Amino acid sequence: MTAYTLPNETGHFGMFGGKFVPETLMKAIIELTDAYEAVKQDPEFYAEIKHLSKDYVGRETPLYFAENLTNYAGGANIFLKREDLNHTGAHKINNAIGQALLAVRMGKKKIVAETGAGQHGVATATVCALLNLDCIIFMGAEDIKRQALNVFRMELLGAKVVSVTSGSATLKDAVNEALRYWVANVEDTHYLLGSVTGPHPFPMIVRDFQSVIGKETKEQFFTRYKTLPDAVVACIGGGSNAMGMFYPFIEEKKVALYGVEAAGKGIETPYHAASLTKGKPGVLHGALMYLLQNQDGQIQEAHSVSAGLDYPGVGPEHSYLKEIGRAHYHSITDQEALDAFQLLSKLEGIIPALESSHAVAFALKLARQIGASQNLVVCLSGRGDKDVDAVRARLKGGDIG
Amino acid sequence: MNRIEQTFQLLKEHDTKAIVPYIMAGDGGLDCLTERLEMLEKFGAAAIEVGVPFSDPVADGPTIQAAGIRALNNGTTLKEIVAELTKARRTIKIPLIIMTYLNPVYAYGISSFVEDIQKAGVDGCIIPDMPVEEEEMIAPLLEAAGTELIRLVTLTTPLDRVKQIAAKGRGFLYTVTVKGITGTRNEFDKELLSFLQAVKEVSPIPVLAGFGISNHEQMQTITKYCDGVVIGSKIVDLLAENNFAELADLMSIFKLKSNLI
Repeated sequence: MTAYTLPNETGHFGMFGGKFVPETLMKAIIELTDAYEAVKQDPEFYAEIKHLSKDYVGRETPLYFAENLTNYAGGANIFLKREDLNHTGAHKINNAIGQALLAVRMGKKKIVAETGAGQHGVATATVCALLNLDCIIFMGAEDIKRQALNVFRMELLGAKVVSVTSGSATLKDAVNEALRYWVANVEDTHYLLGSVTGPHPFPMIVRDFQSVIGKETKEQFFTRYKTLPDAVVACIGGGSNAMGMFYPFIEEKKVALYGVEAAGKGIETPYHAASLTKGKPGVLHGALMYLLQNQDGQIQEAHSVSAGLDYPGVGPEHSYLKEIGRAHYHSITDQEALDAFQLLSKLEGIIPALESSHAVAFALKLARQIGASQNLVVCLSGRGDKDVDAVRARLKGGDIG
Repeated sequence: MNRIEQTFQLLKEHDTKAIVPYIMAGDGGLDCLTERLEMLEKFGAAAIEVGVPFSDPVADGPTIQAAGIRALNNGTTLKEIVAELTKARRTIKIPLIIMTYLNPVYAYGISSFVEDIQKAGVDGCIIPDMPVEEEEMIAPLLEAAGTELIRLVTLTTPLDRVKQIAAKGRGFLYTVTVKGITGTRNEFDKELLSFLQAVKEVSPIPVLAGFGISNHEQMQTITKYCDGVVIGSKIVDLLAENNFAELADLMSIFKLKSNLI
């Protein structure tokens, strides 16, 4: 493979990506693109990120050999990249710090963001508290119900959480409202988008700030074993933790890349969030990407037990990696994810987020399939504290999905 | 000369301004679309923007969002809208302009869409989530079909960019008059009038102002600096209330009669 340099200058990954936004936002998009190009040349900017990542977030995160899980699976060695140990409990803080520092450089004092599970909202509110920025978070009314604790966290951190009741009242609709808010307040507000979705340059910026996950994994693994893992596995909603894990491995063709979507109640039912497996290309929230949609181009609601995967699209770069066959995409049902949630808790003493449980569930299958002597790394993108109530309700027989 | 150019030519000859109402196709059922278009023409519309409902209309405020949901709940599809406009064209003489987000067009198939709306007698097309940077996927096809791609500029568009967009412009230049989404407003941004004036100066094609316009006073003030107004949310509300008397009154301001066209 020749050097991988995407996105191109116009923000496209092959046919995917681009910047499909109302003209009102174009000035801000151009300004953000220029500001990002400028900080790329600025070692002080990265020194600041590195300082906060180390002393505030707690990086680097461990690469942990999950021996009990490996023995249970009876196949390949399974390693966990412990993004769950980050401050605020998930990988989302990596991007929030980078973008908030960028906003400060751009002279913007107000931050708007969307959140699904609340992890990106909490990460954003946290960084805004740290950097003294005004923070407004849009969150679907359904998600507010499912993730009440995270709502309280954001409020404690000084953010204003706005309930979104339009559409399916989940992440997709929160993005709509955050975009509308940005359209109306674009001059003094930065939209701190939380995934590798949205108009260019967001998919690139978020990927770059998240790629610390893959970079560390590569170094840690190589330092220990003088080789690279045979496969990496990550869950995918919009796809930010997966892109952060995959990106440093794209040119390492011997490393297989696996993305795991939410199959909800099953991909043969209408209740899933498997955009790459069951969707087709279309335009939403600023990008051309794989989308769950009907034949008339109306966006369909996604369903997953995990609020963070409950999004009907998947970032343009994943759409491209699927198209060229560089990454493989599979799906895991609610039930399989819930089983993995309990299994990892019991076997390793690590309670994973329901999102990350999808990656764990797939890793078990993959470990058996590729067999011993192989090594695979799972991106454990977040911790499960936020999900404990919902899982308890579900195990008692209630249906939370 | 196409129908949009003819219309602005006539308006100029009669020294009057354009009033372009927006209607959400399928709100109230697709069956009533043609009769409503006829009514708007009778009330003095210079052209009509026909909105296509979309599940995720990020540039629209609550009124048009709600109208879109009602239309989708009625089962409205772009295919049926195009079919209905083909029928409407038999009686409607003024320009018809489709306003749609990109995804319904993408799902329809871009070349089929361009071909079908041209056959239907649609004169122009507005795609609010497609800035000029991304228009290559459809602009050349529309150009070849003689269907005008209406470009937008907004208060946040720098003047040199306004010039670039206006230079590409076809039909008219749609100037978004608020910093924000669609919806009626009581006050306009102070910079608006000077911005409109600047846009008018650099634009080789007629300039229409839209977003947030809902009464005669606003229309009088704004049209001092441009060639007409687009009215969306207010009209959608009046149509939903079947308040045709107020609608006729709202549109009476430039005393444009369709027999002019």
